[in-house]
Amino acid sequence: MKFSKDILGIKQLSKEQMLYIIETAKRMKLLIDSPNKKSPMLQGKTVITLFYENSTRTRMSFELAAKYMSGNAANISVAASSIAKGETLLDTGKTLDMMGTDVIVMRHPKAGAANFLANNVKASVLNAGDGMNEHPTQALLYIYTILEKKQSLKNLKIAIVGDIAHSRVARSNIYGMTKLGANVFICAPNTLLPKGIEKTGAIIIKNKYEAVKQADVVMGLRLQKERMHHSLLSTVREYHEYFGLSEQTLSYAKDDVLIMHPGPVNRGVEMTSQLIDGSKSVITEQVKNGVAIRMALLYIVTRRSL
Amino acid sequence: MRLLIKNGFVITKNSKKEEKQDIAIENGKIIEICKQIDGKFDQVIDVASKVVLPGLIDAHCHLRDPGYEYKEDLESGVKSALYGGFTKIACMPNTKPVIDNEALVSYIVKKSADIGKTKVLPIAALSKNLQGKELTEIGLLEQAGAIAFSDDGNPVNSSSFMNKALQYANTFGALVISHCEDLDLVGDGSVNESFQSTTMGLHGIPETAEDVMVYRDVRLAEYNQVPIHIAHVSTRQSVEVIRQAKKRGAKITCETCPHYFTLTETACDGFNTFAKMNPPLRTDDDVKAIKEGLADGTIDIIATDHAPHHNDEKNVPFSLAPNGIVGFESAFSLSYTHLVKEGVITLSQLVAKMSTNPAKLLKIDGGTIEVGKAADLTIVDITKNYTININDFHSKSSNSPFNGFEVFGEITSVIIDGIKEL
Repeated sequence: MKFSKDILGIKQLSKEQMLYIIETAKRMKLLIDSPNKKSPMLQGKTVITLFYENSTRTRMSFELAAKYMSGNAANISVAASSIAKGETLLDTGKTLDMMGTDVIVMRHPKAGAANFLANNVKASVLNAGDGMNEHPTQALLYIYTILEKKQSLKNLKIAIVGDIAHSRVARSNIYGMTKLGANVFICAPNTLLPKGIEKTGAIIIKNKYEAVKQADVVMGLRLQKERMHHSLLSTVREYHEYFGLSEQTLSYAKDDVLIMHPGPVNRGVEMTSQLIDGSKSVITEQVKNGVAIRMALLYIVTRRSL
Repeated sequence: MRLLIKNGFVITKNSKKEEKQDIAIENGKIIEICKQIDGKFDQVIDVASKVVLPGLIDAHCHLRDPGYEYKEDLESGVKSALYGGFTKIACMPNTKPVIDNEALVSYIVKKSADIGKTKVLPIAALSKNLQGKELTEIGLLEQAGAIAFSDDGNPVNSSSFMNKALQYANTFGALVISHCEDLDLVGDGSVNESFQSTTMGLHGIPETAEDVMVYRDVRLAEYNQVPIHIAHVSTRQSVEVIRQAKKRGAKITCETCPHYFTLTETACDGFNTFAKMNPPLRTDDDVKAIKEGLADGTIDIIATDHAPHHNDEKNVPFSLAPNGIVGFESAFSLSYTHLVKEGVITLSQLVAKMSTNPAKLLKIDGGTIEVGKAADLTIVDITKNYTININDFHSKSSNSPFNGFEVFGEITSVIIDGIKEL
């Protein structure tokens, strides 16, 4: 399967490429589950994580992914680097490039930052989240997790409830899941729905009960508290009433519904603890699959150059 | 000094029939326009069937001088304008420091007079330091040479300030040019709000950010019975608001720019910062509306909004890039190709929008080819096409989304005050 130098977004990936990545991740998962987590697949390759935003799971899972495959993994702490002295992204990228870096994993608050870096470096760029644009590895681990439980995404009803407007995870998921034939229903107050989102094929449903009715997968999104200050919402209480997910809400979904969330979760806001920790939740499984997906992508982009 | 221009198709605002004419010039003024002129001349230019237009006049550009000379300065700006066929240009005051005092107006007037060639007419700030709080000395600034007043780049947020500024400026008969943008609605936006902003993952700038301010300023001017000029109109609804106001008899004029009738928001695809500007590129429907507005006369003027930026500033993630594109050297050919060749307006109408109307708006000479008037002429080859190459621009900057565009209407000569400057 042919891949380009960088993984910038789900927009740029075909259905076949996504499924190939997931097939590769399945093999990687065997390694994570084995007692000796070391393979030589990334030997001699250098992976740098460059995170301009805070992250626990994404950054750590990329680092571990590289280490499980014997790659050289290093990370840059933005606060303690030349970036704090005002170095531009262009110069930082070129500097890393000259040090013999094979892969730069970047998270950046500005949409298109990964595309920008990719255009300016020889190293492969893996987008670990850019502004509100894309978070492709997150969408792939969602799809992988769903495919472990369901045979295919075709005609599955997937409900995404929450702040779609500010969510790169929601965007990448909508692109990926609709490409694989799922019916994606999105539910949010109007102020948290980005303009024209229905053109992706996603269907807007205002009522959360209707959105989750007979759903195969229900996905919550983190509600950032500061949204209240920009008149996008009234109170957390009202948000939870109309858009929060609880066991009672989920009783409308299919019995074998999967509960997902990209984390970190605001317990009791977008989702109740009973749901997060309940039997239908695959939130912790997602985390493990995230490492497998990132191993697969590191393997794929570094193999490209062989 | 006597100059003869032979065999040109002379186009003016009212020219009905295109026929070859000769133009005789003496001491900077046109002395005769006739089918065949002979006699003794110091210089004879045979323009060989090219079109001769009244010198182009740009009512809106940014020359970045003083303060941002690494983007552009008066010298490079004038050179770029000359190569774009402009004989007069009006530059905006959002420099560093802001052109809000007599000394800086005089600086522009004197320095540009030393440079010569294309004449530079400074637009002074409407409010001190473009803060929208205190009025500038509009009367004194006008005496010093300010041609109009505008806080372009920094929209006037306060309705009350704009109301008073319009009244005060009119005391001196001074023109106010308004950059209409509701910054509250713009928020963190950096591209038109639509599916485009959603798929780019960027905050959008809704068209309403422009529309509501156009309506506000149109009504304020109408209420006070004073003129106002609306800068860079880009949306369907802005055009409609202005159309209706004109029908009511309000003293409204407006301009658009070549990019608003040649490009749509999709030019930003791939996070192309050379297509990032303010107002942002809009939709197909807006482009259609701008063309309709140009055709029915709602839009009076085509200005460049020439806005140079250094490559280092544009070579950053999209939302961090400054707004604006260079425009002098592509304005005429883009307008000719996309308006005249497409049959939206005639060449005479284009001349009106790029020369006659700007002259009228700014109350300056020019905009016609007439005996007794200054010989400011732009000579254009409309017969053959060429490819825009941004690396050939004479501006210090090359931030233009039009690289590689095939166009007609290359500027071949420019005559200013009877002297062939290009």
